[in-house]
Amino acid sequence: MNNRSSVRAMPSRPVGGRLVGLFTVALSALVGVAVYFIYQRFVYGLGAVTNINNAYTWGIWVVWDVVIATGFACGGYAMAFVTYILNRGEYHPLVRSALTASLFGYTLGGLSVLIDLGRYWNFWHILSPAYFNTGSVMFEVAACITLYILVLWIEFSPVALEHYGFKRTNKALNSVLFLFIALGVLLPSMHQSSLGSLLVVMGFHIHPLWQTPLLPVLFLLTALCMGFAVVILEVTLAAVGFKRDIHAELPILSKLGQIIALVLVVFLALRFGDLAWRNALESVFNSGIRSVMFGIETLLFAYPVWVLAQPGNRARLSKLFPAAFSMLAGASLYRIDAFLVANERGPAWHYFPSAPEILVTTGVIALEVLAYIVFVKKFPILPGHPAVQGR
Amino acid sequence: MTVNRRDFLRGGLGGAAAVTACATLGVDPAEARGNLTVPENAIGFLYDSTLCIGCKACQSACKTANELPFEDNTGTGLWDTPLDLSGKTYTVIKMYQNGTSEHKDKAVDGFAHLKRQCLHCIDPSCVSVCPVQAMRKDPVTGVVSYDADACIGCRYCVAGCPFGVPQFQYDTPFPRIAKCQFCKHILAKGGIPACAQHCPTGATLFGSYKALTAEIERRKAMKPGQPNLFPRRTVDSGDTHERPAAEYTEQVYGDKEMGGTQVRYLAGVPFDKFGMPVGLPERSYASVSETMQHSLYGGLIAPAIVLAGLAAAAWRGARELHHDEDGHE
Repeated sequence: MNNRSSVRAMPSRPVGGRLVGLFTVALSALVGVAVYFIYQRFVYGLGAVTNINNAYTWGIWVVWDVVIATGFACGGYAMAFVTYILNRGEYHPLVRSALTASLFGYTLGGLSVLIDLGRYWNFWHILSPAYFNTGSVMFEVAACITLYILVLWIEFSPVALEHYGFKRTNKALNSVLFLFIALGVLLPSMHQSSLGSLLVVMGFHIHPLWQTPLLPVLFLLTALCMGFAVVILEVTLAAVGFKRDIHAELPILSKLGQIIALVLVVFLALRFGDLAWRNALESVFNSGIRSVMFGIETLLFAYPVWVLAQPGNRARLSKLFPAAFSMLAGASLYRIDAFLVANERGPAWHYFPSAPEILVTTGVIALEVLAYIVFVKKFPILPGHPAVQGR
Repeated sequence: MTVNRRDFLRGGLGGAAAVTACATLGVDPAEARGNLTVPENAIGFLYDSTLCIGCKACQSACKTANELPFEDNTGTGLWDTPLDLSGKTYTVIKMYQNGTSEHKDKAVDGFAHLKRQCLHCIDPSCVSVCPVQAMRKDPVTGVVSYDADACIGCRYCVAGCPFGVPQFQYDTPFPRIAKCQFCKHILAKGGIPACAQHCPTGATLFGSYKALTAEIERRKAMKPGQPNLFPRRTVDSGDTHERPAAEYTEQVYGDKEMGGTQVRYLAGVPFDKFGMPVGLPERSYASVSETMQHSLYGGLIAPAIVLAGLAAAAWRGARELHHDEDGHE
């Protein structure tokens, strides 16, 4: 039971400090730019702002803002899984901050869907049984993500209740919280795999390097890895940004690094095994730009395996951080490739996001980071050992 | 405790993994959904490329019947000039040209027409993928129609159609999905779709699916060059014209593709020359996708089992952690 000692050493505490600074103002400016283009989209239609077309009908507002952003928001899912389901208490200090990042990632992912939906005023149909189409992967994804956002807010609510001193409510909630924790693991498993399943029905429109019946499994594994990697990233960035000492968290991060390496080995084995099984290995080399993208993906996945397989590296943040970064880049590229680069609709069709499209996505990310900063400064979220000095 | 944990992993996650594996490998015959079959009284079109003269009367009639705006892609402002299906165009006559373009319906030094429109699949992907049942297949006629009042605009039908048919309207804040709905408003009044009604040669021919199957067989049996009678508007209209039969390619497009379509094509030029996808599987993508979904989520049985396992583990995990915390605060 000695792994519990770290829990006692690190009750969560607000970081405190000023909210207005150069960084937060810059983030707000990016949000402002996005708001302008979002306004244009709602007045003039999607075509006025984006480059999407009927061959590439899903642009980065779907592929980045939802498919990748929810992957980045899998920290809470991954940490809840190892902490509560595998019952490894040593990870507990990082659950809260991971959940907070997930909360904003998913909430904003869910809200940004409304920007992309052509007939957004009908969105509630997703939750109305009269309209359900249970055979649709999109139904599963949409309903699951909506429910998961609710679950995240409930999982997070003890933080707010604690902050405002609602002790009794907090206690009552804590007694049923295990149900929401379970849902908080089940729902992401379902929709993260389904994000891959979305492509199955597209058949020959998706290049054989990415089109496979294993899509749901591959998407689920990358979601888990992204969750662990993003926790390493968050802790490191919070350490730099808030000048915090993270010696106490480092052993946890190195264990996460180990898990990432293990899961990635399974992922790569499945990926190449599947290509061999489908006799598609030669398309690794003869598919032009798609071969190049596949190669970059594979390198980005292989690098963290190579680094994190060595126990010495896992103990050093200077090795853990680039490995986690590479993992996230690889998984992001994998999702971009599967949805956009692999999309084959004939030579007449092209897609590259427009500047306003990119600026809206940037604004959504900025809002997410901004919300995270405000919350960790005001609420007890990060493990509460003292800051290095000042602030 | 360690044993419990392992048991849980084996039971819960193992079960989930097994379900996933079954679904993805398609090895669960009890849950597998095969192709849907054509309704008993289904209707359809036969489009015979060798009869089409490229007059585009169908295009024009379609725009009028469906109150669709004109498209000017030549900058002259004189004609409706759609280049392909679009948010403003449900059907379009496309043309294949090769070399000197001297011979109609020949692949070399020839030309040929092809009418693009919704094929009204027997097992449509758009109906399968729509999360809110905005795409529906009429159980009697088999017509695939669109309900804008239900649609959320997610565009999965656009991405999911194997034939690239549904078109989203990007140029308006209140967009719809544009696609041929077989002039269901005219059918309801006892008429036939506008394009077939206005086709002067019977290249677009309306009829019951069965009658059209017989008509396809009749034409395939014709001797190229020999005079034959071809009906206009509907297969049994009695309004016929005589002309020499053309030399058809082997493939009847829509006969087997994706489990078959209710709009079928005959042509003198191979269909890939028109840019149509060829070599498509006979098993519909809708059935592949739905088999995967139903195996994983059918009756929510697998998720319920996994949730029970997760809840048990989380209950123990949360109790230990929070008890530990409370004790030391």
